[in-house]
Amino acid sequence: MASAAVVTRRVSPKRLAIKVLYHAFVISLGFLMVYPVLWMISGSFKTNYEILNESLKLIPNQLMLDNFARGWAGFGRLTFARFFRNSLVITTLTTLGVTLSSSLVAYAFARIRFPGRRFWFVCMMSTLMLPAQVVMIPQYIIFRNLGLINTYVPLILPAWFSQAFFVFMMMQFIRGLPKELDEAAIIDGCSRYSVFTRIILPLIKPALVTTVVISFYWTWDDFFGPLIYLSRPALYPVSLAIKLFADSTSTTDYGPMFAMSTLSLVPVFLIFLFFNRQLIQGISTTGFKG
Amino acid sequence: MTVGNPAKVSPATSAKARSGGAAGGSSGSVMPAPQRMARKKRFLKDLLYSDTVSGYVFAAPFIIGFLAFTILPMIYSFYISFTEYRIYAPPVWVGLENYIRMFTRDPRVIRSITVTLYYVLVSVPLKVGFALMIAYLLTRPARGTSFYRAIYYLPSLIGGSVAVSLVWKELFAVRGVVNRVLTAFGLEPIAWLGDPNYAIYVLVLLTVWQFGSSMVIFAAGLKQIPDSYYEAAQIDGATLVQQFFYITLPCLSPVILFNLIMQTIAGFQNFTQAFIITNGGPMDSTLFYALYLYHNAFNYFQMGYASAMAWILLLMIGLTTALIFKSSDRWVFYESKEGS
Repeated sequence: MASAAVVTRRVSPKRLAIKVLYHAFVISLGFLMVYPVLWMISGSFKTNYEILNESLKLIPNQLMLDNFARGWAGFGRLTFARFFRNSLVITTLTTLGVTLSSSLVAYAFARIRFPGRRFWFVCMMSTLMLPAQVVMIPQYIIFRNLGLINTYVPLILPAWFSQAFFVFMMMQFIRGLPKELDEAAIIDGCSRYSVFTRIILPLIKPALVTTVVISFYWTWDDFFGPLIYLSRPALYPVSLAIKLFADSTSTTDYGPMFAMSTLSLVPVFLIFLFFNRQLIQGISTTGFKG
Repeated sequence: MTVGNPAKVSPATSAKARSGGAAGGSSGSVMPAPQRMARKKRFLKDLLYSDTVSGYVFAAPFIIGFLAFTILPMIYSFYISFTEYRIYAPPVWVGLENYIRMFTRDPRVIRSITVTLYYVLVSVPLKVGFALMIAYLLTRPARGTSFYRAIYYLPSLIGGSVAVSLVWKELFAVRGVVNRVLTAFGLEPIAWLGDPNYAIYVLVLLTVWQFGSSMVIFAAGLKQIPDSYYEAAQIDGATLVQQFFYITLPCLSPVILFNLIMQTIAGFQNFTQAFIITNGGPMDSTLFYALYLYHNAFNYFQMGYASAMAWILLLMIGLTTALIFKSSDRWVFYESKEGS
């Protein structure tokens, strides 16, 4: 009996060869894909000499933590503790705002039949296609005239007015919920407002998590907004700060640059590890770039 | 949840309840002998709870934000694109001057358009093609595909970051890893970032490297193709290649169209990577349009001119998207059109 089971499981040599080839191909291409990341991480433990002269080696001669110490010390009197705190402030407030506001708007578009709904929905979807450059200059001028350059307001405030990508994602999610649920509540005398807080919000928790996750890493990685609105290094988020390593007039200090680059990606890696499923779900349900 | 009185039911829902024949018969009942104050209060409450008001209350964040951060800036942008506006002095009306200057007296604009079009034309099909190929490979019934998918997805998650751009710059440096590999194979090292012929490909490669998000979208699309299609084809004796071209590709064509359009729009706006890795050089060979626009706006402070450039960008993106859409009549296959 046992041998029969083995026989049925045994695959033909040709199929086995295809299988091995398949995995070999996928693994080697996968290695190439993550190589730059591995190289960056290993670079953060190498000396500048190793980075420049033994660049192919992925395993450093010794685990140098000096790069992290020197990198963390930052520039002048500004350490990376400051930059990370700045990033955290911007990211938290943006994410909070975009999640709350987008869930409200998503509920309106997904469930309430109000006059003009279709019009506003088309407006919202068209903002997805609108290149940021068209509104960026006037926005800059307006914020400048309001004296808000070198504050976080221009970076955070727009997020509190919802973002089309997240609205659309949550709409898809709300549409997937049985309509009878909120209709029954309304017949029982619940207002739209309590339906939202008591029924919809608890049920769309997965979509909210996805929004928080995606918004977190978009904001964390954002470079352009801080670049145009912040000119005082004390206000810099991490993304702008690590660019300073490459900007220095003397030669680039590679080790600390890689060390801080690696550190700047740690939150993104953590998200990737713990929320991989939500990320992938969010991207495939809306079908937009993540 | 059953607090409040049953009478305040919005017309739309009560209609539905009626048509559904569901319990909701109390919705027509009239409150007995209401006080005037109570009636007024009730009226306000009803108004607040009506679909129109509650719809607008919920949509308010978007509507206000749209007017304040999109429409108002767009109108303003359109206006200043006809002015000379150096931010320190008020705008001066110059009519079409900015637009004329772009195409007659500023060769760098033409240059940046050419560079951007070339970059989009090369990187987008490669990226979408790669995404499709890998997504297809990873939907094969094999072990470890979800792990592989995660690995391939990772670059698109971090690719836009400054950190990765800085790393990329060093990978392609004269003494960087890529040249080490070349010399190990006995080839001449290449000045990737110093040679106008090669620099653009460093950026193309960085873009293609981030095919993960498109791959995820393709993977979702591939899962929706019914197995019965493949089974029928197998019975008819179709090979794997035939199955790919006659089942997978047509069924996936709407997703391909979607990815093409989204990547094209993103491609036209590429900024961060070019800004950090090459800053437009060498010899303007990677002067992306968005990068040149940025320099005009925030280094030369020519807000009017940069706004005119932004409108031309919008026009270019619109035209390209329209072209792709128009071509899609010929190659995109919608199942619903077949009349199921």
